Amino acid sequence: MAGAHLSEGVDYSRWDPIFGKLGWDVFPFQEPVVLVTFIAVVLGGLAVLGILTYFRVWRYLWSEWFTSIDHKKIGIMYMVLALVMLLRGFADALLMRIQQAWTASGGAGYLEPHHYDQIFTAHGMIMIFFVAMPFITGLMNFVMPLQIGARDVAFPFLNNFSFWLTTSGAVLVMISLFVGEFATTGWLAYPPLSGIQFSPSVGVDYYIWALQIAGIGTTLSGINLVVTLVKMRAPGMDYMKMPIFCWTALCTNILIVATFPILTATLVLLSLDRYLGTHFFTNDLGGNPMMYVNLIWIWGHPEVYILTLPVFGVYSEIVATFCGKRLFGYTSMVYATLVITILSYLVWLHHFFTMGAGADVNSFFGITTMVISIPTGAKLFNWLFTLYKGRIRFELPMMWTIAFMLTFVIGGMTGVLLAVPPADYVLHNSLFLVAHFHNVIIGGVVFGVFAAMSYWFPKAFGFTLEPFWGKVSFWCWVVGFYLAFMPLYVLGLMGVTRRLSQFEDTFYSGYFITALLGALLIAAGIGAFLIQLFVSIRNKDALRDTTGDPWGGRTLEWSTSSPPPYYNFAFTPKVHQIDAWWHMKSAGYERPTENFEPIHMPRYTATGIIMAGIITVMGFALIWHIWWLALVTLIVTVAYAIDHTFNYNRDYYVQADEVAKIEGGRSQLLIAGAKES
Amino acid sequence: MKFVKHALLLTVASLLSGCNMVVMSPSGDIAQQQSDLIVYATILMLIVVLPVMALTVFFAIKYRSSNKEAAYEPDWHHSTSLEIVIWAVPMAIILCLAGLTWVATHRLDPYQPLSRISVDKSIDETVEPLVIQAVAMDWKWLFIYPEYGIATVNEAAAPVDRPIRFEITSSTVMNSLYIPALAGQIYAMAGMQTELNAVLNHPGEFKGFGANYSGLGFTHMNFKFHGIDDAGFEKWVDKVRDGAEQDLGRHEFLVLDQPTISHPVTYYGSVDPELWTAVINQCVDENELCQNDMMMVDALGGGGLKGLTMRELFAGICTSDNPAGLLTGLQGTENAAVSETGTRKLSLVKLDLNAFGLPDASQRRHATEKN
Repeated sequence: MAGAHLSEGVDYSRWDPIFGKLGWDVFPFQEPVVLVTFIAVVLGGLAVLGILTYFRVWRYLWSEWFTSIDHKKIGIMYMVLALVMLLRGFADALLMRIQQAWTASGGAGYLEPHHYDQIFTAHGMIMIFFVAMPFITGLMNFVMPLQIGARDVAFPFLNNFSFWLTTSGAVLVMISLFVGEFATTGWLAYPPLSGIQFSPSVGVDYYIWALQIAGIGTTLSGINLVVTLVKMRAPGMDYMKMPIFCWTALCTNILIVATFPILTATLVLLSLDRYLGTHFFTNDLGGNPMMYVNLIWIWGHPEVYILTLPVFGVYSEIVATFCGKRLFGYTSMVYATLVITILSYLVWLHHFFTMGAGADVNSFFGITTMVISIPTGAKLFNWLFTLYKGRIRFELPMMWTIAFMLTFVIGGMTGVLLAVPPADYVLHNSLFLVAHFHNVIIGGVVFGVFAAMSYWFPKAFGFTLEPFWGKVSFWCWVVGFYLAFMPLYVLGLMGVTRRLSQFEDTFYSGYFITALLGALLIAAGIGAFLIQLFVSIRNKDALRDTTGDPWGGRTLEWSTSSPPPYYNFAFTPKVHQIDAWWHMKSAGYERPTENFEPIHMPRYTATGIIMAGIITVMGFALIWHIWWLALVTLIVTVAYAIDHTFNYNRDYYVQADEVAKIEGGRSQLLIAGAKES
Repeated sequence: MKFVKHALLLTVASLLSGCNMVVMSPSGDIAQQQSDLIVYATILMLIVVLPVMALTVFFAIKYRSSNKEAAYEPDWHHSTSLEIVIWAVPMAIILCLAGLTWVATHRLDPYQPLSRISVDKSIDETVEPLVIQAVAMDWKWLFIYPEYGIATVNEAAAPVDRPIRFEITSSTVMNSLYIPALAGQIYAMAGMQTELNAVLNHPGEFKGFGANYSGLGFTHMNFKFHGIDDAGFEKWVDKVRDGAEQDLGRHEFLVLDQPTISHPVTYYGSVDPELWTAVINQCVDENELCQNDMMMVDALGGGGLKGLTMRELFAGICTSDNPAGLLTGLQGTENAAVSETGTRKLSLVKLDLNAFGLPDASQRRHATEKN
């Protein structure tokens, strides 16, 4: 049996009853890259805190946002979390691109393997769990209740709690940057490498507890949104009249509820191996790492569709809106979504054809994977024929959509290629694979999220995003993506494998430098997006959306004001057709201006953020084996949760005259807006 | 927009020219077939992908809002015949691909002995494949040639046009043996053996490496794989024997097994014939109970509490060739210090075994071991 992997510096076998494994040497400031990052983060953090304090917004943030159970505000907070973590995850990507371009050109590089390994592990894990997931969950949170004519989600407090649990996971990952270290296992932490024998440091424990806490948040949010979609649709909106985005949200949340518990259970087994010395996934004593690989991908493959289905919904909404035309093939779109949902569960083995399964098993999973491309292809054709005989306005969301359609087919094609087992034998673990999944995640999910942000931004904040910097961002992203990842496809075909920190010859130099240029261009794209936000906020009066319907929308969220009042709709809309708002507009709908009734609404609560805060401490205690603290925080959490169930002051009625006042304000805004134009 | 497209095309073209895509032009027949498969599958998919991309661009330009002459039908949203085409075309393509996949996956199953040497060369049934036993270690590759009784670290060779059968395992974390010029990769996992059958058709010096991330020294886990003619190969074997400074026994293996990065090429002049079985069963260290013994004990009920603490009593009670040795072995241990309960349980299981017949049990064990 091989000994433990060469460990770096800190002795993780020590333990102290008060401080667990903590000690002064766990702060990795001897690494210059980390030190510089740390200083930058501290200065940046202090600056942000200073600004917030200077403008005295703490109370406002606390009472209007952090404790809010308004689905719109929670949705926005999810998006902010995702954006912040995108900066972190992207910084990791740049570090890797620089290292690879440098060492492939004959240089020595600037990252030790131990550091480089943490970076690619953190990059993958952060981008999936703390960027893509919060983006998707945030979008669903914000848009879906508005689209079904609901006033909030089914369990508003749970929604707030889910968000803070996700944030708690993100906080733990960020702490790992400066206290101890992160996992060096790759983003799915395959054992035995992630087991205690080969990863004795706290890195994998950060990974485990960050994912466990965030994963439970995701599961709870999944339950919440499924119930919302099933129980809270406006009268008349039967399933086949739901907007496509709601359909995709329903399927995605069903997938979340069905698969995230698998992730949780798998990580529990891994933690038992690490903490209690069991042998589920070890090499010896009957352990079997292949079980972990199967389990993690039974969660992991549906996860891909958890991310992509909602953006398919986004594109469907955008195509219909900006073509001024009803979506082509609504019914087949719905069935395609359902088929993908079911099939996504039957393909997990294609992530490890090379593990030695027989030809029958491999062919089965290869073919089920290809079959997914049939409904996906049907979706693409449906968007295509929505363009046909439309009047396409090339606003920013539509530009992202066209870029998606052209880019995603390439990713889909290479995906099907990887699904052919003998082809996968030569492409597996290569940069071809890396290019493929970035092609579908960036070309699909990220493009979709940017499309969605520019599409629904006016709904969320009451003013549109300034288009110039948005277009700069768009072109940087799209061109940057191709520059960054097309060379990786080629490198994969040249037999270059993933996760290498050094290269022995300079043969690949040109490709890695091109990829670095692409990454820098994407960085410019992110920068341009931030400038776009800044410029738009500065010019918000000129960009004001007084109509509530800046794009000529088709679904119910555009029937209310921008931003919507906290109760969303003064009267719950009645739905007769697909594209309810389009139908209402063409039927000459008159907005009611009197006879308002009291509206039943949930009350804000600080329980979610406080409880998640305590759970964060518990996660930290478990990571560092500070048992007394873990026990105390566990007891406090349970006691607090029980105490919260006795809080009967959870709801209130918005009085009719209050509603009348708010709606009256909107009437004036509409009149003023009409005069201006 | 057009400029960007052109720029993109130019970049792609310049990137593709003059690069050596080993995956697409390999030197082994298996890898060649795998790369052909990539080409066929790509062409099949382009049948639907290219029109979709072209139509997207065409529709996007034609139906732009500034083009008031284009038709506009805001309520047109369904056409049964179009829907049929939309579903049928991808289905037809996938049907072809599925057939291709089924056939190719079975033909190129790495466990299957080769059916040909190359397109124009059939296999000589009398030639046994060259067996190379590969062990993924931290962070180097050990290759054992049982036919020649030699072993090498971070270097391997094989004669051209002779079938090769890799038997692959790991003494540490999961890895993957990949020689792109020769054939696709297969995982290496501790306590298990995977297989890869392949053949090299052209001489040359090729890259091989661990393709599945395995920790700190992963980047440097590569080796040279020499394809040489028969005479050259014999010479290479002699070179290994002559250059060897030590033999590979259990002790040397355990020393080698310590984590090292960029381990120099090392030759071993002879190899302990029992070593491979011990590696697979994770008991090169003689203080460790072999996995096959452990499985047998567990299959027999585990021997109670003593079975946990005194497993060394069961060591060596069976061999893969002679599972019956188990019974005599057990009788031996009965006289030794196995507790009363343990003995009772074991003898009960022995009765069971007799009742069900031993072959069943041994077959089961074989199956588990093969995995």
